[in-house]
Formats: sequence, C-alpha cells, structure tokens
Amino acid sequence: MTISIDLKLFATLQEFTPQSSDAHIIAAGTSVGTLVQQLGIPEKKAKLIFINNLKATLDSVLKDGDRLGIFPPVGGG
Amino acid sequence: MATVWGSFRRWGVDNLKQHLPEILLEASRLLTLPDGSNRNIISLLDTADISQRSGRTRKEIDILALEQSIVPERYIRNMDALSMKDQITLLQSRVCIVGLGGLGGSVVETLARIGIGAMTVIDGDIFDESNLNRQVLSSEHNLSQTKTAAALEKILTVNSSILIQDYSEKMDEENAVHLLEHADIAVDCLDNIQARFILEKAAKKAGIPMVSAAVAGFSGQITAIFPEDRGLELVYGPEQSLSATRGAETTLGNLAFTVSLVASLECAEVVKILLNKDSDLRNQLLIVDLKEPTFERIRLL
Repeated sequence: MTISIDLKLFATLQEFTPQSSDAHIIAAGTSVGTLVQQLGIPEKKAKLIFINNLKATLDSVLKDGDRLGIFPPVGGG
Repeated sequence: MATVWGSFRRWGVDNLKQHLPEILLEASRLLTLPDGSNRNIISLLDTADISQRSGRTRKEIDILALEQSIVPERYIRNMDALSMKDQITLLQSRVCIVGLGGLGGSVVETLARIGIGAMTVIDGDIFDESNLNRQVLSSEHNLSQTKTAAALEKILTVNSSILIQDYSEKMDEENAVHLLEHADIAVDCLDNIQARFILEKAAKKAGIPMVSAAVAGFSGQITAIFPEDRGLELVYGPEQSLSATRGAETTLGNLAFTVSLVASLECAEVVKILLNKDSDLRNQLLIVDLKEPTFERIRLL
C-alpha cells in the first residue's frame, strides 16, 4: 500500500527534490528517516523536520496527505 | 523658527524648562494628512533649536512634544500604525544589535528611521569587497573601515537624536553580559551558529528577549526567544551537538533581497515586542523561501 505526501526541501536540500514532489508516492509506514535515506539526503543536514507545520523527527512516521518540510542548518547574517 | 525665537524671548532663558510645553505648542503647526484628518506637528529644525536652547536632548524634546499630542514631523508617517504612546515607548527603548553585516546593517537603518531612542551596536569586523553584494552599510568608499564606524555614521545621518553605544569588538562569553547592559532587547544579526548561542545565554542572563534570524541564499528563518524559552536548541539542536558552526550559507552565499527581507522581519518583531512585551514567534520559526516563494510558520514545541 502506498501513500502520497507533499514534500518540500529547503536551501541546500533542494537539489534532492524528486519529480512531482507535491504528490510524492511512498510506502505506507515510511518514516522521515527512511525517506531521507532514500532521497540521498545526508542525515546531519536534515536538521529541522516539520510535518504539517509541526516539528517532527527522523523517527516520525508519515501519513497520507502529510506536508513534509526539511530545512538544513542556516547560520548566515 | 520665528515662532520659537519669539517664545524664547518671551519666557526668558531661566524659565525655559518650565515653559517648554507652551514653546512646543507655539512652534507646532497643523498638518492635514492624506485621510483628511489633522495633526499638530513640529519640524526637525524647531525641535533641534528648542533642544539646543533649553539644554534638553532632542529625544527628550521629541517625547515632550508627543506627550502633548504634537508629532515630530519625522515620525508623522509612523502614525496611526503606531500610536503616539507607542512612539514614546520606542523613543524610551534601547536595542542592542549584535552583528553589523547584512542583517545588522539593514536592522540599524530601519530601527533608526522608526525612532528607537538608543542603540548598542556591536561588531569587531571591517568591511571587505565580498560584503558589497548585500551589506547596506558597506560601500566602495569604506572598505577596510570598521562596521561600527559605518553604523554610527548611518544612524547619525538618518536620526541624530539617537543615543549610540558602539563596540568594535567580537561578542564572546567574557564580554557578552556587559555588552548587553541597559538594553531592552537584543537582535541577533550574527553570521554563525555558535555565536548565536553565546548571545542567547547572555540575553537570558540579562533577562531580556532576543529576536534571532539567519539567512542562506534564497532562504531565511526568524524566531523570538524570551529568557524562559528553550530558544535556539529547538532550532539547531543542543549546542553541544552542533556539528558545524556555519550552515547552508557556506554553499549558497547570501543574497541582498533575502537579507533585507529577513532584517525587516526582525525589526517588525523587535518593535512589537517592545510595545506588546510578547511575540507570536516564541517557540515558532518563520521560514522564508524566496525561490518558490513560500512563508511557513513552524511550531517548534
């Protein structure tokens, strides 16, 4: 069984964005950590994870229709 | 000007201070605003003149005028988004701006224009050519000059009534608390993550709120941290687990429009915190992506 999520990768992570990222199909029960691995994103760069505008973690399990955002550390001024 | 002269002659130098309200009223004039309403305003020239003759600072004169519903003309377009009482509060506030690069330069100018009464500006750096793409205080004419000297010049050019404390030094754990003395709020305009944690600790120690922002390429983020909040660890993780002191900006650089936008967001938050003593961005992070473009507010708790 598969689910569809809306995926948004920010800043340096944008290069890992798959095609049709707003309806990205993954297996049901996939965690953020697994998806990060599948997309080839270095884990330490997946610093700030949010699902439906709430902070989440690599262990969070994705549900159908979730909007997932991943933001790397940003420190410039 | 002639009115002010007449007032001074009439009251005599010794009685100036007690008659300042009348003098201000006589120097003021009625202005019809674009919405058809009328306001009593007083010019920069007249407030400077009254300040010089009475021995009171320009800021004190501006506050005295506002207390009598006379708006210094330089602040007339702040009304009514800000009330006269709000303007007085801002004039009575001190903001500490830490870092005078991209974010800091824009923050300094915006806060000077809106009428913050006192500023502490901190940066140990000098300008170089790589700053010219985004740092509004830098120019081809001041390369190799200290960033604090440029900030001082900008503030005094825009609003010479502001009291300024400038420190051309890097904030570290030793000097941080001292540098924040007397400030009502700190603005994080720093360029690395580690320094942000130093500032956060000092602000918490000083018992003052802080507005923190960072930028990289087309992206930026901003949050507000009060002394009792968990703050930066919610954004970057615990300080001891930091794997690098810099972030995505090492790859993406910093673009002028992202910097000025995020600096404006910081200023809006600073003003609201000074006026309302709270912020909707506590335990939240506003993430801006100018590529798509999107604004997202993330709940960190």
